[in-house]
Amino acid sequence: MNWELMWDSVPTLLRGVPVTLQLVGLALLFGAAVAFGVALLRLYGNRVTERLMAAYVFVFRGTPLLVQIFLIYYGMGQFEAVRSSFLWVYLREPFWCAILALTLNTGAYTSEILRGAILSVPQGQVEAARACGMSRSLLFRRIVMPVAIRQMLPAYGNEMILMVKASSLASTITLLEITGIARKLIAQTFAVFEIFIVAGSIYLLLNFLASRLIRYAEWRMTPYLRARG
Amino acid sequence: MFELLSFGPNGWGGQLLGGAAMTVAVSVSAFALGLVFGSLGASAKLSRSFALNGVAEVYTTVVRGVPELLVIYLLFFGGGGMVMAVGRVFGYDGYIELNAFSIGVLAVGLISGAYSTEVIRGAVQAVPHGQIEAARACGMSRWLILRRILVPQTLRYALPGLGNVWQLTLKDTALISVTALAEIMRVSHVAAGSTRQPFLFYTTAAVLYLLLTTVSTAAFERAERYANRGVRRA
Amino acid sequence: MKKIVAALALGAIVAVAGTAAEAKEWKKIRIATEGAYAPWNATDPSGKLVGFEPDLALELCKRIKAECEIVAQDWDGMIPAIQQGKYDAIMAAMSITEEREKVITFAGPYGTEPSMFGTLKSSPLAKATFPGERYDLSKDDPKAAIAALADALKGKTVGVQTSTIQANFMEKLLPQVSVRTYDKLDNAGIDMAAGRVDAIFGDRSAVGAILEADAGKNMTLFGPAFSRGVLGKGVGVGLRKADGDLKELFNKAIAEANQDGTIAKLSTQHFGYDISIK
Repeated sequence: MNWELMWDSVPTLLRGVPVTLQLVGLALLFGAAVAFGVALLRLYGNRVTERLMAAYVFVFRGTPLLVQIFLIYYGMGQFEAVRSSFLWVYLREPFWCAILALTLNTGAYTSEILRGAILSVPQGQVEAARACGMSRSLLFRRIVMPVAIRQMLPAYGNEMILMVKASSLASTITLLEITGIARKLIAQTFAVFEIFIVAGSIYLLLNFLASRLIRYAEWRMTPYLRARG
Repeated sequence: MFELLSFGPNGWGGQLLGGAAMTVAVSVSAFALGLVFGSLGASAKLSRSFALNGVAEVYTTVVRGVPELLVIYLLFFGGGGMVMAVGRVFGYDGYIELNAFSIGVLAVGLISGAYSTEVIRGAVQAVPHGQIEAARACGMSRWLILRRILVPQTLRYALPGLGNVWQLTLKDTALISVTALAEIMRVSHVAAGSTRQPFLFYTTAAVLYLLLTTVSTAAFERAERYANRGVRRA
Repeated sequence: MKKIVAALALGAIVAVAGTAAEAKEWKKIRIATEGAYAPWNATDPSGKLVGFEPDLALELCKRIKAECEIVAQDWDGMIPAIQQGKYDAIMAAMSITEEREKVITFAGPYGTEPSMFGTLKSSPLAKATFPGERYDLSKDDPKAAIAALADALKGKTVGVQTSTIQANFMEKLLPQVSVRTYDKLDNAGIDMAAGRVDAIFGDRSAVGAILEADAGKNMTLFGPAFSRGVLGKGVGVGLRKADGDLKELFNKAIAEANQDGTIAKLSTQHFGYDISIK
């Protein structure tokens, strides 16, 4: 074990952290928006939108992310129509292709989490709100969403960790995030173990922080559980 | 364009089909290996030994917290050495050959096992304690309790979770393509590169994976129905 | 945790050292190639490894009187995997360079080829002019050509394969040009056709093979050809340092095959010209 090399690789690998965080952060942000829309269309939309959204979720949950990334990056660029459209400004960049793939992927999974959470809101609460004369949108905003979000937090925490890990696949389309830099370093030094242990530790740390963040959010959102000490 | 997918001499159909078979072979073996790791991990986590708890905790935290791609690379590059080191501990000095298949199964099995550990542990804990007490009161031995009460019920509780782990395992096998094992993803990647038809081949790969996940989801649903045949539905 | 990892890693190192040290009789040699760098090595639709190197490997093994198995292996995992003992030799258009010689050893070289740039015919690069046509970096001064290239490639992106001599060349001689590294040169070719990179840089024949393929109809070579220096001493058989006996066997076989014209014959068959060492 070459400790010196391990130590030297730390700052280089840390340079990949901002890219990883950008990938994860933006994908989670856009993914949440996608998930929200998809879940609502599946729950409250008509038969056609329900079917369409179910098909989207089915495809993105049923195929490996690697296929999705390659299909979006290499597959889309094959078509002249895509290349001459305004979208090409974004799809030309591996970064935005990775964001698109990660967004669609997490959007599919999160929409299922959100849908389950909305369905789990106790019917009695909805009835009580109606009895108070709340409008549909007010009821959704004040009763359904807050209860559902609280309900989905643990599962969403898992999804966040999965996204941090999934972002490593962006290295397969030339992006230099943590895993991409690790592979480059290995190509230069051939020190497989050392570099992977350092890279793995960085991911563990990121995921530890993510799970803490979710734990904190859960704690903030459930004051009524804290009152009885 | 579709002749590229045919089974003729210039078509990649045969290879893609072989790739699908390889994906199934790796997934099934890795899932089975994962069940072994998962059972061991769950018993370690449920045991009263502090050391066993610690080892199992480190295993699940590390494997579930590090990207699958890293785990696969690490085992692919370092796996042979690790296995030989273990062999040395047991007094075997020769060269142990690990081909891409066994490395792939080992890597994905290790990942699958970490998730299975949690599923199995949860399922064991879900068996009502009263039933075990009742079995003891009937004078059942520990072994009999395990066989007649704990295992059948654990299986039933674990099935939905294991279904998810299976899906995960199946999709993780796509990452083994980096080790040049000719499974679906690898074949599509090589074909896409050499024919310059990435869209065609990656779409085909996606369809193949969808087929596999759909069929296996249906199988798990049937298994669940079978396991729950004696349970009254609310 | 650390102790476990350290113990495992230590075990691994001991194990690797152990296998390498044991003297073998070379009855069976496993040779790794990439299978995605035509015409050097490629994969046909039936999954068979074809090209110059798979053919040459059979010839060399015949002379060594050993049975050979050729396996596909992704490019950037090749050197770690040979150190692991996954196979015994590398024949994958791998040039002999100082960096690589720090970790493995080479028999040969058995071929040599300059590196060249390719671009789209529609790109301004295709029309740019450069001083000189061929540079042997071990004796020619490439300053003027490098300056012209740096100028032409300003603001452009060049696609190369990861951990290749060409990637190294870009890093050392044209550090100001932005480079994108791919796992396979094929994928850099796809991205050039899509307009994501402006040029690709690789062995002349490999770039040529991409140009010949369907999507390459609108591509062309440009700029001077470079060889030697940072680009290495030609393509050789990569071997573990401990396997000195195998290196002898391969060196002898390569010399024989070179002498009787076998390499030149195979080269003409696959490349259309002679890449053998004279």
